[in-house]
Amino acid sequence: MRLLRFPFRFALLVGVLGAALFWLPASVFAAPATPTDDEVNAVASQLYCPVCENVPLDVCGTQACSQWRAIIRQKLQAGWSASQIYAFFAEQYGTRVLASPPFTGASVLFWLVPLALLSVGVVVLVRMLRKPAPAAHNPAVPVSAAHAARLERELDDWR
Amino acid sequence: MTGAEAPLVSAPANGLGRRWQLLAWLMLAALLAVVGAKLVQVSRGPATSGAAPLFTLVDFDGTQHALQAYRGKVVVVNFWASWCAPCAAEAADLEQAWQAYRERGVVFLGVDYVDTEPEARAFIELWQQTYPNGPDRGTLIAQAFRIRGVPETYIIDQRGQLQAPIIGPTNLAQLRAVLDRLLAQP
Repeated sequence: MRLLRFPFRFALLVGVLGAALFWLPASVFAAPATPTDDEVNAVASQLYCPVCENVPLDVCGTQACSQWRAIIRQKLQAGWSASQIYAFFAEQYGTRVLASPPFTGASVLFWLVPLALLSVGVVVLVRMLRKPAPAAHNPAVPVSAAHAARLERELDDWR
Repeated sequence: MTGAEAPLVSAPANGLGRRWQLLAWLMLAALLAVVGAKLVQVSRGPATSGAAPLFTLVDFDGTQHALQAYRGKVVVVNFWASWCAPCAAEAADLEQAWQAYRERGVVFLGVDYVDTEPEARAFIELWQQTYPNGPDRGTLIAQAFRIRGVPETYIIDQRGQLQAPIIGPTNLAQLRAVLDRLLAQP
């Protein structure tokens, strides 16, 4: 009985699998889609031209930049993330091609110095805003020579 | 009045204390030092004399070429890139010079600057360059020589000393003149 049923079960299994394969989305079998220009440029905008100074890669028209954008497209198509691509370019061509310097080595200064200057600026601003209201006008009063000498002495010490 | 007199002078409440002033000046000085150091580095120009910067080039076949290992020989270091038109103009002369001087112990090294490997390999094949060429990973060699662009050619004598660099495309006659002079030295 079981032997007789086997062909039917087998045929049913093949039929179900065939139908499943037929209805599966085409993207499952398709090769990864080619990245669009916008996707490539989004990554390229965070890199700088190796030849011209201060020109982002996404707007650079040199042959070198064109080659680099082609690499970005290949890497994106291979499934690389943007950060992996940046690490690749930094390793190949040095960190100077990165729009944002890495937080390592001497590049740390590029991050810390502006932050430190900003902090000092905030402190100065806060202290200035705390400035007390000007004292009421006091008419000048004559001071003794001893008082004036002491004032000068303390001013010298304070300076 | 009892006890010590109150001071007549005190730091203004809205001003900066001495410590803050000192800190601000120190930070400004540090910033100026960093900017100054960078400006000095940029304005130094290419390495022109003295001991050549030591480097190791890994060529496209994976072979390492340490400059130190070539002490006693004349070494020609050429910086190039596949996207550089003047580099194409000098490529045939460089290969010709290599063929003419390799038997006399002259070493040629091609340093591929900010390039992509497929295009670089195509360039080498197109110009049939047979001397070692390799990528400048991280542009470390270019930075050591302080190159301004490509092509640039540096010739290093038997004692490891730099000769006058050739900025821009070179040619066979120019290379011959320098190499013959160096090889004639005792």
